[in-house]
Amino acid sequence: MATQILMPALSPTMEEGTLAKWLVKEGDTVKSGQIMAEIETDKATMEFEAVDEGIVGKILIAEGTANVKVNTPIAVLVEEGEDADSAAPAAPAAAATQAPEKAAENFPRGEASAPVAVVSKASPDWPEGTPMKTMTVREALREAMAEEMRDNPLVYLMGEEVGEYQGAYKISQGLLDEFGPKRVVDTPITEHGFAGIAVGSAMAGLNPIVEFMTFNFAMQAIDHLLNSAAKTLYMSGGQMGCPIVFRGPNGAAARVGAQHSQDYAAWYAMVPGLKVVMPYSASDAKGLLKQAIRDPNPVIFLENEIMYGKSFEVPDLPDFTIPFGKARVWREGTDVTIVSFGIGMTYALEAADKLAEDGISAEVIDLRTLRPIDYDTVLASVQKTNRCVTVEEGWPVGSIGNHLSATIMERAFDYLDAPVINCTGKDVPMPYAANLEKHALITTAEVIEAVKSVCYR
Amino acid sequence: MAARKTPAKSNTSKEELLGYYRDMLLIRRFEEKAGQLYGMGLIGGFCHLYIGQEAVVVGIEAATKEGDKRITSYRDHGHMLACGMDAKGVMAELTGREGGYSKGKGGSMHMFSKEKHFYGGHGIVGAQVPLGAGLAFADKYLGNDNVSFTYFGDGAANQGQVYETYNMAQLWNLPIVFVIENNGYAMGTSVKRSTKSPSLWERGAAYGIKGEAVDGMDVLAVKAAAEKAIAACRAGDGPYILEMTTYRYRGHSMSDPAKYRTREEVQKMRDEKDAIEHVRDLLVEGGHANDDDLKAIDKEIKAIVNESAEFAKTSPEPALSELWTDIYA
Repeated sequence: MATQILMPALSPTMEEGTLAKWLVKEGDTVKSGQIMAEIETDKATMEFEAVDEGIVGKILIAEGTANVKVNTPIAVLVEEGEDADSAAPAAPAAAATQAPEKAAENFPRGEASAPVAVVSKASPDWPEGTPMKTMTVREALREAMAEEMRDNPLVYLMGEEVGEYQGAYKISQGLLDEFGPKRVVDTPITEHGFAGIAVGSAMAGLNPIVEFMTFNFAMQAIDHLLNSAAKTLYMSGGQMGCPIVFRGPNGAAARVGAQHSQDYAAWYAMVPGLKVVMPYSASDAKGLLKQAIRDPNPVIFLENEIMYGKSFEVPDLPDFTIPFGKARVWREGTDVTIVSFGIGMTYALEAADKLAEDGISAEVIDLRTLRPIDYDTVLASVQKTNRCVTVEEGWPVGSIGNHLSATIMERAFDYLDAPVINCTGKDVPMPYAANLEKHALITTAEVIEAVKSVCYR
Repeated sequence: MAARKTPAKSNTSKEELLGYYRDMLLIRRFEEKAGQLYGMGLIGGFCHLYIGQEAVVVGIEAATKEGDKRITSYRDHGHMLACGMDAKGVMAELTGREGGYSKGKGGSMHMFSKEKHFYGGHGIVGAQVPLGAGLAFADKYLGNDNVSFTYFGDGAANQGQVYETYNMAQLWNLPIVFVIENNGYAMGTSVKRSTKSPSLWERGAAYGIKGEAVDGMDVLAVKAAAEKAIAACRAGDGPYILEMTTYRYRGHSMSDPAKYRTREEVQKMRDEKDAIEHVRDLLVEGGHANDDDLKAIDKEIKAIVNESAEFAKTSPEPALSELWTDIYA
């Protein structure tokens, strides 16, 4: 009986990939475990093995085809004497093409299947007329590090798989080739130890960038982030600082369960002595990372795996930085202020689009940095709209939204026409099951509901 | 009183011996004074005295050169004095005054000196170990021949990050000397009650790190071992572990009820192994100094310590505005 071979998902966040190369041709007999093709994801090129034995009856997707959706039939395996065309039934193929749509429904995180360039509506960080280029958040982060490493020989990158593996998420791809193993340092799996070593080297005058494969693993090292990095300048009466960047993906990816899905934004934002950055767009990722590397203080730079592959317009400037503590108004509005940061912006902007259809004009603010935090932009907006909804992926207790609500209450109470609502992730460890995960995360629908509630609509 | 063993005749010069005597005595008298000020309520919080362990830092420092770095735990007053930091600034930090090394904002456990390459003063047991390797990483990165000394106790020796650091220090051949100050007790837990390892330095062998045990009550033995370790590091053959067998006469901190050991045990160490008395004997028996000479040194040290105490009492408390400074560079 003929078997369809489907485009495999080779990472938790992969939705499509490039069929780079076929290693078998029609008519070949394959054994289970044999490598059939090379598939390129946004992270790496991977080999794809046959599960079943059979004869390659037909190759449905030619090599070199890009944007092949997960679960698309790519080949048909037949048994001896079987005809591939007649054996490939129409019904299963239809089911297969339905699958990705269904999967997308299960992950309503504003992820368009093809990268869409998002354009800012207000207050850009570069002069008018600046030439722009489209790049992914991943490319922007890489470019920021490469530029700073070219400019300053004291800047080095350290972490697990940053060098020879080219980065677990390909952020550091190519850096080892350009800068060599002295400045792109592969470490053993030993977060507590290498975070401490990096902090010590910063105290001694170097400018380390520490990549945590994810911020979940930084928990092993958190003593050095807080006690060794954040507090030293104060404890030394200003004598000894710690110019260091800790960066890596933070927050939920997709279907990786409780220990790999946590947003640490509010945790780090609590600590005096740290600066905390959480970019949404590629231009912010680039401008803020360059700024972080130059900052003489310890900076926690929270990225997001789901955002790595998203494309945005980035100014094509030789030296582009964004100062900390300056929020970005992505969309001007008059009825309600939606404040968010990082991947939360995806829901905020999507909600604003849909609310506009209902005649509600939302102003959307991206905080970009959580320490320092741009209270003024938030307060000015709330004084204009008189309503506020905050959006973040982290847990509700002690969230950034809680802090903003308190600040708005203290400083703009008389302007409020409704209580501020904090949209957050649910107060549960992240479940694995797709349907449960969907409900644990913040959704655009919840943001819309919150906005309608504060607008009494 | 039990007799101290007569020290073997030493080839060490008079000047060198007098230097050790002076440096160790300064630490002891300073710490005694700190204990007094603590009792008077002038020093608050935790205060961990170094009395008994003086030969370790003094012996190590005798082997260093300008540019070498040091980092240690919270029992740090001796390390600061031994690397040349000013007694007044250290004492004023203990009293939390503006004239202290950290303007009164660090306290006993958190002091630093960029000028003397002293990187703290760390209150989290074992955390200074990877930090110390980071200092060595920086020197290797910059291509100089400096060596970093990372001091930690027998208690810290059971922390996981020490072994993470051993692994990377050896993997990258970092110019670091790990100085384990084994004073027998991690707070109130004796080494015997915390590990079945026969010795702490031997654990480095699992990572391929060379090391040895050293009589940490003998400043000359410490210096000789330090020279060997430093030579290895400067030749690109680091890291190196030195386990100093030493003893603290006082409690873990000022608030230690000392129920975990007997008075007799402490007295025996003082009588038989005291590091300062050892050098004093070498000076007297070698004909380098008589009682009057030593009394003159005692007087000189006492003056320095009294001056530091006076400064620490009279230096004003930090201005309230200091609460909000030095959070960000």
